[in-house]
Formats: sequence, structure tokens, C-alpha cells
Amino acid sequence: MTAVPARRHEGLYFAIRNGKLLAGLVVLVPLIVLAVAGPMFVEGDPNAYVGIPASSPSAEHWFGTTMFGQDIFAQFLYGMRVTFVVGLLGGGLAAIIGMVIGFTAGYRGGLVDEVLNMLTNIVLVLPALAVLLIVNAYLGIRSVGVQALFIGLTSWPWAARAIRAQTFSLRSRDFVDLARLSGVRTWKIIVREIAPNMSSYLFMTFILLFGGSILIAASLDFIGLGPSQGVSLGLMLNNAARWSALHLGMWWWFVPPGAGITAIVGALYVTNVGLDEVFNPKLREL
Amino acid sequence: MLRLDGITKIYKVGAFGGRTMTAVDDVSFDLRPGEVVSLIGESGSGKTTIGRMILGLTSPSGGSITLDGARVTPGKAYYRHVQGVFQDPFSCYNPVFKVDRVLQMIKNEYFPGVAASEWEGRITESLKEVRLNPGQVLGKYPHQLSGGQLQRLLIARALLLDLRFLVADEITSMLDASTRIDVLNLLADLKSRGLGVLFVTHDLSLGNYISERAVVLYRGQVVESGPTEMVFGNPLHPYTIKLLSSVPQLTTKWDGASATLRDDGPAAPSTLVEAEPGHLVRQDDAPTRLRSVS
Repeated sequence: MTAVPARRHEGLYFAIRNGKLLAGLVVLVPLIVLAVAGPMFVEGDPNAYVGIPASSPSAEHWFGTTMFGQDIFAQFLYGMRVTFVVGLLGGGLAAIIGMVIGFTAGYRGGLVDEVLNMLTNIVLVLPALAVLLIVNAYLGIRSVGVQALFIGLTSWPWAARAIRAQTFSLRSRDFVDLARLSGVRTWKIIVREIAPNMSSYLFMTFILLFGGSILIAASLDFIGLGPSQGVSLGLMLNNAARWSALHLGMWWWFVPPGAGITAIVGALYVTNVGLDEVFNPKLREL
Repeated sequence: MLRLDGITKIYKVGAFGGRTMTAVDDVSFDLRPGEVVSLIGESGSGKTTIGRMILGLTSPSGGSITLDGARVTPGKAYYRHVQGVFQDPFSCYNPVFKVDRVLQMIKNEYFPGVAASEWEGRITESLKEVRLNPGQVLGKYPHQLSGGQLQRLLIARALLLDLRFLVADEITSMLDASTRIDVLNLLADLKSRGLGVLFVTHDLSLGNYISERAVVLYRGQVVESGPTEMVFGNPLHPYTIKLLSSVPQLTTKWDGASATLRDDGPAAPSTLVEAEPGHLVRQDDAPTRLRSVS
């Protein structure tokens, strides 16, 4: 055992000593910085035809160019930004809806639970793609925001179900009764007694939804229901696949976006395992 | 005085709540300051449900609970005077927080204006009452403390309030023999200072050790109640007699033919009759429902 951790910053004390958390952040933070700041250093449109088509990585075009002579590094930076936005908005929205419904249904039980559960199951079996086609046909709005909104509104049900089940088991624990006996209000019990017990699970839910949103966005882009303008990592992958980059040996076209998505989601997972150890005192290595 | 009058709890069971299950059936007794009442019964007899109804954690289906004549509404004002301690001390603490949290919750909800230094003094005071060393328990996680320490800390938590009645639900069943006697003596000590304690237990010897009055429950109904020495010294209901004869004695060994309790069919409607002053016994339609099986 090392020095006694200071009372207030105990979480931080264990956080900066947790290898998994640090490893995850070491990958994640540069990627976020790259996505936020990167596009500022690329002039012009990432889809502009700027170089010799299908050239491999060089000093001029770090990641090479596409079949049409677009700069892949510029696309990668812009795509990463869009991917983070879709993941954050879509995953975040789904996580919030899932938590609100899951906690309410699990804690309240009874009729409230029945109704919310029915709603959850209905959304769960909705054919999301068909709904999107109709929405698209009628509204014709195609922006990253709308795409993220749609993903968020359709991907929360399984999160709600899982959170509901966990809340069910936690609410029957005596510490919830003890909080009630202390006069603590219901929402406060949910937020401050029940949720902290599943904080790493909630974070994992968000990560899964984040990763899921990125992948759903990529498939929507592929069938032409994505944002009509711009670029995303999913769109890059799909363009690479469509123009047979793999068979032509143009590895620089599909490796950066693929590695980007893998790095983002993978780093989030590792971060989550580390956070689990920080949040849960029983898992701490003293 | 905390009074239960004809308290009933009916649960809906089965698909769509089609069937009902009566967990507690028309139970009445009262709890006065400065006395310990034992609520004795086997698993499933409804004793914990009664405790939870008194604490407002479960709402009764019928009957009333009154505190000093006023009908009880669970809430901050009520919990200031009536508190509970439960069976499993490890489950009473949120495992991801330090044990201080249960005390901090009391401060946040009831004494937000009290200065930190004064509050610390009160905690020290109340920990002293339950014979805990503040340095040994504060700032620790629940899994770092023993069951006895956790249980006493929960009692200390209740003592921070203006406590008048305590529902102690099987509080000693997870403790070893020596810690158990410590906690029991602590309850006796609190009783002598005017606290009313409802001691819920399945252990007859503990009930006998600490309580002034005993209420024996069977299948949600009171079968016998009265002063402890009457109920234990002169048990009149067949169930109580069997229950008392089924307690293993420290000096005897199993001989292969001990009495076992078997029950036949659902409980019949019944009335309580006063056998001697203060000693109520259930008159059964079928008094031989309980028989000894060898």
C-alpha cells in the first residue's frame, strides 16, 4: 500500500495510477484532438480532387490519394470529426433515453414498468431502415444531426431493457430502503445510490451505443441515406469497398478509416475497464 | 405509542395478479416507549412484512398504523422518530461508497444547517453509545468492516435522529455469538433510556432474553401474545408449545424423535381470547391443525 490517498481526490488518485485507463486515454485523447483541431489545418474541401489518382502515401499526401485523386488524410480528419459527432449525439441520445426509461421502469415497477416495457419492445421491433426510408422520403433532410437523431431514437431499447433489469435487482437491496428511511427523494436515490453501482456498466452502454452509432451511420451512408454532403469514416470505408480498393492493392484507402474506427471504439473499451476499477473500490489494486 | 390496528397485507400473485396471497392477516399490537416487543415467527410468517409496513417501506392493504394516535404517513417527519435496522448489514451499505455515507445522508436530509465540527462531535457521541471507535470505522468501505461493526454503525446512524422507536428486523441473525450479545445488550441499554424497540426474530431464546412482551406469529396471524414470561412460561396455543419445545437445548443432543412442525391447510378464521390478564391466545376452529410428527 502506498501513501494514504487524500479524501477528496481519491477517485483521481486511483485514476492516475490505473494503467488501463491511462492506456485508453493515451489513444483516445490524441484522436479527439485530431478530430477537433485537424480539419483547421487542411485547406479546402476534403472531397476536392487535388492529386494524382491512386497514388500511395507520400510527403505531399500523407495517406495517399483515392482512385479520383482526393487527399485521404484530409478526408480522414474530416471523417473523424463527423464520426465523433455522430457517435456522441446518436450514442449519447440513445444512452439518455435508455437510462431514463430503464431507471424509471426498474425502480417504479408495476403499471409504469408494464407501459414503458411495452414501449421499449415496440421500438425494439420497429424496422429502423424502413422507417428511415419513409422519414427520408417525406422530410428529405439529410444532415449529420438528423442522422444522429434518428440513430439515437432507434437504438436505445436494448439499453433500457438491460438497465431496467439491473435496477430491478439493485432496488431490492437494503441500502435503497435505508436511503428511503433517511428521507431521500426517489430521483436522488436513483441517481446517487443506484446509478453509481452500475456506473461502469452505464459507461459501457454508452460506449457500445457510441460504437454502434458509428457503424449504423456507416451502413446508412452506404445505402445513400447518409448526409448528402461531406465525409465520414464509414463513407470512406464504403467508397473504398465500392471501388475495389482491396483488390487493387490500395491499402491506404481503407486502412486509415478502419484503423480509426477500431482505435476509437477499442480505446473506449479499455478506458471503460480502467474506469470500472476506479469506480469500484473492490476491484482496486492496492 | 406506536400502534398497529388490524394490519393486513395482501399480495397479488400469479399472472396478471389473478390470485392473492395474504402475508399478514389482521395483526394488532402496540409498542410503547421503553419496552422491547418481540415479534416471533418462522420464515414466511409475515414478521418482516409487518416491520416494513411500520417503516412505510411496504404499504398495508388494510388496517392502520398510528403514532401517538395520529395516522402514520411515511416521510421525513415520521422517520425522524421511527427508524429501522435490517438483517443483512452488508446489504445496507452501498458497496461503492464509504460507510460514512449513511451518516452523511442523515446530515444532508435532516441537519443541513449544522456546522461540520458540531456534526463530527455528534457522530463521535453516537458512535460512543454503540461502543465503536470512530477511527476504526469512519473512512472505510463496507467490505473492510465486520458485520457487527456495520450493524452497530447502523444503530448509531438511527441515534443521530430524535429516535423514539426502532424496528430491529433480525438484526443479530448474521452475527456471531459474542457480537450478538453485544448488540442485544446495546438494545437493552437503549430501551432503558426510553426507546421502544420492535425486535423481529425467529430465535426464541433471543426474544426471551431481551423483551418485555412477545407476539407469536404464524402464517400472518397472531397466535399468542402477552408478557414474555407468560407466553414463554405458560404457552397455551399448540403452535407456541411446539415452537418452544423445538428449541435445541445447549445440554441435550438430538435423539431422533424430536417434534417437528407440520401444518395442514390454510389458516382458519380465528379470534384472540384473553387467557390471563394481558395474555392473548388464538382460539382455533381446528386446534389440532398442528401435530407432532416423529
